[in-house]
Amino acid sequence: MRLRRLAKVFASFFKKKRLLPCCLDASRSREQNTNMSQSAALAALRGRIRLLERPVARPGGVLPFGVSALDAHLPEAGLARGALHEVAGGGADEATAASATLFTAGILARLERPVLWCSALGDLFAPGLACAGLEPERVLHVAAGHERDVLPVMEEALRHAGLAAVVGEMARLPMVASRRLVLAAEKSGVMALVLRRRREGAAAEGGLSAAATRWSVTPLPSAPLASPGIGRARWQVALQRCRGGEAGNWILEACDAQGCLAIPAELASREVASGAQRRAISA
Amino acid sequence: MAVSQAQALLPGLRVEEAEPAADAAALRRLAGWCLRFSPLAAPCPADGVWIDITGCAHLHGGETELLRAIVDTLAVAGISARAALADTPGCAHAVARYGAAPLNVVPEGATAAWLEQLPVAALRLAHEATDALRRLGFERIGQLMAAPRAPLTRRFGATALRRLDQALGRAPEPLEPVLPPDLCRVRQGFPEPIATPEDLARVTAMLAEALCEKLLHRDRGAMRLDLVFQRVDGVPQCVRVGTAAPSRDAAHLTRLLTAQIETVDPGFGIESVMLAAPLTARLGARQTISDLAADATGPDLAALVDTLSNRLGPDRVFRVAPVESDIPERSLRRAPALGDLAASLAWGAWPNSLPRPPRLLVPPRQVEVVALLPDHPPVQFTWRRKPHRVRRADGPERIFGEWWRSEAEVFAVRDYFQLEDEAGQRFWLFRNGDGEHRATGDLRWFLHGVFG
Repeated sequence: MRLRRLAKVFASFFKKKRLLPCCLDASRSREQNTNMSQSAALAALRGRIRLLERPVARPGGVLPFGVSALDAHLPEAGLARGALHEVAGGGADEATAASATLFTAGILARLERPVLWCSALGDLFAPGLACAGLEPERVLHVAAGHERDVLPVMEEALRHAGLAAVVGEMARLPMVASRRLVLAAEKSGVMALVLRRRREGAAAEGGLSAAATRWSVTPLPSAPLASPGIGRARWQVALQRCRGGEAGNWILEACDAQGCLAIPAELASREVASGAQRRAISA
Repeated sequence: MAVSQAQALLPGLRVEEAEPAADAAALRRLAGWCLRFSPLAAPCPADGVWIDITGCAHLHGGETELLRAIVDTLAVAGISARAALADTPGCAHAVARYGAAPLNVVPEGATAAWLEQLPVAALRLAHEATDALRRLGFERIGQLMAAPRAPLTRRFGATALRRLDQALGRAPEPLEPVLPPDLCRVRQGFPEPIATPEDLARVTAMLAEALCEKLLHRDRGAMRLDLVFQRVDGVPQCVRVGTAAPSRDAAHLTRLLTAQIETVDPGFGIESVMLAAPLTARLGARQTISDLAADATGPDLAALVDTLSNRLGPDRVFRVAPVESDIPERSLRRAPALGDLAASLAWGAWPNSLPRPPRLLVPPRQVEVVALLPDHPPVQFTWRRKPHRVRRADGPERIFGEWWRSEAEVFAVRDYFQLEDEAGQRFWLFRNGDGEHRATGDLRWFLHGVFG
């Protein structure tokens, strides 16, 4: 039985190998087409390798950010649902922690089912979350009396497939605890988010964890408006660690009322402009 | 006193036949009614009810509040009652009848000190024994406590000192709790006492399945469960769990109960276990295996909510519902974790166009501010000794006090500003007062929230 399956895998692998040169032959005349089919073939191969590396397929799929730069950078083109993600403020003060909170709320707002938010501090303000698109009827709040209660609550909630995501606020996330969260999330397909809150005056804790991605959000000065007032907030969003991918750093516009991020208009146009220039030089 | 003599003394006196059996039945019904305060209540012939409130006082806001609630509710029903709360049934019995005030709470450990002052009659002895004690010069219980025990036992038998020991908590005094007639319950006794947690968990699972079977026949689901372990020394150990929605899923109920089993002290062993559902609700048959049904009702979170709220406490799992108020800290309330929020959402959610921070500082922190009066946003503010220069600002959003709440709020005004400092961090500040009229506020500035 096992031999037959192995033979099947080999056969499909050879088919692919034979296919690849054919594609190259056929599209030699049209360079653009070659690039496209090559990249498609590469993507297919990458997918196969990923399947070999991780035999269990992730349940639930992924949640794209809707920002092409971010989604193209992430190996699965978005945040995996049945996985653990960490979000931290870039600095030690409340302001960056609030940015990380809004970033998390934006992710939750783009999911569909109820979410659970477990916190031991009790300073979460639901109208502020509603401003990021997270409606109050979808959020189940859990007020843990102490930070050590947050992890068990998260683990319990992650086993419940009826939820879309579980958020826990904590200062420390030991490796073993994070591994437990990952296992629970993988089994149910519920997204696990850990919001790292630093205690006042404490140094950053950059300990290793089993999280799939680790994000850091820092506020940046927003673009000036023509009239006095305050525009859409702007963040520096850093992907500090990413399983199966590389770190990255983006300047983004903060969550809107639907929880969507965006690339600042002037940066986006600059990218287009530089692309055009490059093409002009190469021609 | 003869009836004719009493009628001669008081014309128009109404005479009723004594009916001890009917009195006892009524007392039993009253004890059943008292189950709303605690799972264990027992009639105390001929004129009292015992309620074991271990672990229940916090549900009514404390011990004194609980006593007051009991007496007040009884008064509404036309029964004037005196109540006392003590460590032992004997002491509570004595203080309720001979205490100075109609409501007495004997503090923990003060049983002996309170009993000392009471007359010997408070000890629940036969009339002859009480009279004999009086004749010997024993007026107060304190004298009896100080006297040597052996001669007393020889003269009055073991009863007198047993009552004293029971009142002082030296001897056990098990209550015989009443059960409401339609209570859905199952019981299991053992030939040999059991004590290990594994055994307790196994019995709990067995009883939960039997109880769910009974609930199924009645078309009901349990909303509260009492698991009573009867110890060999007669002291019951109680575990109580609640559910957010009626349930008769044996596996779920077992999980809730076994999570609390570690609080049970088996002592020298447990000889019987009873599982009862004192609070049930209608739960009809439901189709479970259907994709369409799941889509229509949404995911069922009851199991998760039950597990978490039984582990952390009843008010720790909640949703937040909007309240019709402009003042930020009053604009929300905790709502039940399950059920429909439509009633409170009918007013509409919070206004989306106005900025609200994701983190609110409670209470607001006072900050030092440089600002031009009356309407300009701050130029600089100092928070935690760190100065923030303001680069961009929006405001004011003026919020008026709610005059119908208190005198102090009639003129109160708060002006809210959203500020961005040089680093791009955004803050939500407000000023007490409109900057022109002194009555509206004292012009102090507060940081109320952080946007990030």
